[in-house]
Amino acid sequence: MLHIFCPHCGELRSEEEFHASGQAHIARPLDPNSCTDEEWGTYMFFRDNLRGIHHELWDHVAGCRQYFNVTRNTETYEILETYKIGEQPKVTARENTPATSAAVNERGENV
Amino acid sequence: MSAINVFEQNPSGNARAESPLHHADLRSLVGKGRQNAGVTLREHKFLGHLTLRGDGHDEAFASAVQKALGLELPGALQLVSSGDTSLQWVGPDEWLLIVPGGQEVEVEQKLRDAAAGLHIQVVNVSGGQSLLELRGPNVRQVLMKSTSYDVHPNNFPVGKAVGTVFAKSQLVIRRTGEETWELVIRRSFSDYWWLWLQDASAEYGLAIEA
Repeated sequence: MLHIFCPHCGELRSEEEFHASGQAHIARPLDPNSCTDEEWGTYMFFRDNLRGIHHELWDHVAGCRQYFNVTRNTETYEILETYKIGEQPKVTARENTPATSAAVNERGENV
Repeated sequence: MSAINVFEQNPSGNARAESPLHHADLRSLVGKGRQNAGVTLREHKFLGHLTLRGDGHDEAFASAVQKALGLELPGALQLVSSGDTSLQWVGPDEWLLIVPGGQEVEVEQKLRDAAAGLHIQVVNVSGGQSLLELRGPNVRQVLMKSTSYDVHPNNFPVGKAVGTVFAKSQLVIRRTGEETWELVIRRSFSDYWWLWLQDASAEYGLAIEA
């Protein structure tokens, strides 16, 4: 049984009070009508299936009934942090950083 | 802002009201249990349950609630009460207000007047839920059998209220006194809780108050 820290209730609760709701940080396109079918399909149906650090949406259904984010290691089931919607994760995996970010480009040049 | 219709939802005249545990006929069970029972159950019937929603971080909202109810807006997992009125934190933007039956409209109107212009919601949910009070030295044992939540006094002081998993369903546990606990239950689950609590408290003796 996992113990999960609910950032709204402010304490650890047992796993059975929660419901996992899939990948977090999926931004809805601001103008769905201007999306191509592929863009919309990707937004709707396609999710990462990571091995390692994963950011997920969880719902404290039996408690405060609020959604919040969880950073979880899919290999070990370890929950590394929980944080409220709208906040950014403190723990991120290297493969999660966008390839276009300055840090990755810099590292690429050095290696 | 749209016009809000606040009206008396209780029937007038001599309409017969039945509590969620009407069928259990608790009145006939008073005095039938074991002497010095470890658990005493009481159904608090026909109370006014109001769901209050608003921005808990907004000073104006907190002071409006304070002005209307005379109760401070409780923080996470807190329960405050004054007389027969209690206000409980349910979520970061949601509270449960329980008032004596018949006061729902008056209290709702007071809240709306005090919070005029703010983005709030008040909904009368009295028909959908009910309150059971458990009292006695063995109530904690009954709770320990029923929920995975830690009900030890270190973790569950008087004045705390948590929504959690209980038996095979969910409810809200509130601790209102050293040996007094309240369960906020869904009306449609009341028979399940009644059967569950009878079974769970059988070994300690269950007395009924009505």
